[in-house]
Amino acid sequence: MQITNRSTRILQPTKPWFVYLSLFVALLLDYIPTGEMSSVLPDWVALVLAFWCIREPLYISMGMGFVLGLLVDVGSGGPMAQHALAYVVLAFMANSLARRVMWFPALLQALHVLPMLLIAQALMVGVRILAGEEFPGWQYFLSSATGVALWLPLTYLLLLPQFQPVDRDENRPI
Amino acid sequence: MPSADFQTHPVFKRGVLPHIRLLIYITICVVMLVADLRFQYLESLREYLATLTYPLRAVAAEPVKLVGNATKYFSDLADSQFKHADFERRQIENAQRLLRFEYLEQENEHLRKLLGMRERVRTHSVSAEVLYSVPDPYSRKVILDQGKQKGVEPGLAVVDAEGLVGQITRVYPIQSEVTLITDRNQSVPVQVERNGQLGIMSGTGQGSLELRFVLADADIKAGDRLITSGLDGKFVPGLPVAKIESVEHDTGAFARIICQPLGGVERSTRVLVLSRAELPPPPPDPKTGEPPLPLPLATKREPGEEGD
Repeated sequence: MQITNRSTRILQPTKPWFVYLSLFVALLLDYIPTGEMSSVLPDWVALVLAFWCIREPLYISMGMGFVLGLLVDVGSGGPMAQHALAYVVLAFMANSLARRVMWFPALLQALHVLPMLLIAQALMVGVRILAGEEFPGWQYFLSSATGVALWLPLTYLLLLPQFQPVDRDENRPI
Repeated sequence: MPSADFQTHPVFKRGVLPHIRLLIYITICVVMLVADLRFQYLESLREYLATLTYPLRAVAAEPVKLVGNATKYFSDLADSQFKHADFERRQIENAQRLLRFEYLEQENEHLRKLLGMRERVRTHSVSAEVLYSVPDPYSRKVILDQGKQKGVEPGLAVVDAEGLVGQITRVYPIQSEVTLITDRNQSVPVQVERNGQLGIMSGTGQGSLELRFVLADADIKAGDRLITSGLDGKFVPGLPVAKIESVEHDTGAFARIICQPLGGVERSTRVLVLSRAELPPPPPDPKTGEPPLPLPLATKREPGEEGD
């Protein structure tokens, strides 16, 4: 595994416990009641899910999106399976584009992720409009933009455990 | 010719194709959405998941509470003194009203008995704190820190010191969800305090309220207070709800009436959950030793038979 497919640096393999831990932390961040700010802050679960769906398409896919979506729905108070539907579609898109996205540097990866997040949000808006609610305004889609802006730091944060050397040198710990 | 019993090597097996899996998941999601939105079949699943994730959500709510407490801590002294003076003034105002209230309630009960009417339903209440507002951007709901364990039930009225705030719509074991009266899907049966004109009040989703289906020539003007009518059998009658802000008569058959809520909807942090509790069984009559008649019969009793 490399940082991107063009990179020559070979990283350590992904640690499954770290994947699950990061998704758990993302869920915790999503549960923080931010009130008015919630349309600006990113949807952490969607972001981390998209990240792992691109890095590890064989392990993290639609099933994980479905389960996480249900858990987010319970916290958000919306109808059940609204987020689940969005995350399943998001995971499918991220999985199927994974091979392509991995060839780009992180900033261009972010441009690939933006439409995925927007489509997921548009699906949720569509569901609610079908259910008889009003359009929440364009600022609702801002959270995708802030999420994508965080893609580069998130990449390095989530790959941190894989940057460790295989043979740990006692004299040079990093 | 490849033989018919040719089989893929297990290394190359891919399981169900991703497109098919996507289709299956979408179908499941759509079925769940319809079941939840249309038929409310999934409440038990939601309750189960909510209980499971409660520790997580409680932890997540802590930093917000911390920020709130910090702002409170650093608010200046003058503000606190002002608030204190305001509370003291209100306390005195309320004290004299309470003193009269005791007397009036007794008198009211006595008069109701004389008229042969049913006794007013007594209420019991649960004090609760607003933890946070629900993140769903389409609705106006808040979460309270009291749940089924304290006797909170769906449908109960939620009030603050000034008036009606909302209605309990979902109850979890330790928390409950209040739909505020400003939510688009929330309606309250009300009446105008001045003349008893009935109506249905709904939220607009933008912080104000609308009194709907009142005829254009009805006797309603700006400044009228609206109180709950109690016709739904859930709310206690007489709770203050809103004040009429503007009335437009020339909008077809119905007037367009915009109101502002009286209670601190979306602001108050301490609320009271009011329930229309069933009356406790009355004590047996001291003269005959028999328990008194059940309520529907009791309303038919002659005024002369009242033994007090």
